[in-house]
Amino acid sequence: MKIPLLMQLLEARLVCGDAQNHPSVEHAFASDLMSDVLTLDTCSPLLITGLSNIQTIRTAEMADIHTLLLARNKKATPDMIALANQNNMLLLETPFSIFKTSGILYQNGVKPVY
Amino acid sequence: MTFTYEIEGGNFSRAGSASSDIKKALKQLDLDYNIIKRVVVSIYEAEVNIVAHARRGTLTADIDADGIVVVLDDEGPGIPDIEAAMTTGFSTASPRVREMGFGAGMGLPNIKKNADSLHIQSTVGVGTRLEIAVNFK
Repeated sequence: MKIPLLMQLLEARLVCGDAQNHPSVEHAFASDLMSDVLTLDTCSPLLITGLSNIQTIRTAEMADIHTLLLARNKKATPDMIALANQNNMLLLETPFSIFKTSGILYQNGVKPVY
Repeated sequence: MTFTYEIEGGNFSRAGSASSDIKKALKQLDLDYNIIKRVVVSIYEAEVNIVAHARRGTLTADIDADGIVVVLDDEGPGIPDIEAAMTTGFSTASPRVREMGFGAGMGLPNIKKNADSLHIQSTVGVGTRLEIAVNFK
């Protein structure tokens, strides 16, 4: 799924990154537990999370995740945005819950990691 | 190449900065993607453990053509039962650590999964030493 369509479906706001030229999303994983994110073997899924702190971005960096979506109307902090920009990540925010976000993406063809 | 970093206990705003530096160095070596990821995830888990549990620590990474050996020494509470700590789900993390998305008792098992070898020595009330090795070939 291309990022502009994802943003439209989820009423998402672009925080940083290039939505037009960012790679499409094939797989997604939803978690507020960064330890779970670090166990993933899938190459670069979309991370859907309600955890909004600097370790969300740091964990994504370590797990080679380049596309992040903050759900539940969580907002990125300035230090998160700075680190996301340093790592060429695309960071989005949606007012939708993780459940609703996941349902919409699944319904529109985004695959689960497992 | 040898890299050494000081790690400050409790400072989550800096947690992972050493791992990030090492990742950048590894990417210069034209290594397989999966090897870099295994190394980086192992080191990051260990670095977060020091921030979460110890007062301070040091991380030393030695990289040569065959692989990487990372030694993490901390001054902290130590691990009374290493076997229990290696069990997925076993955790003594504080609520603050859990708020940061960690503390689910998955760190040490994940290091073991990703590393080619993991050695743990710990003295209660003194500190803990982890030695993590990943082969490049």
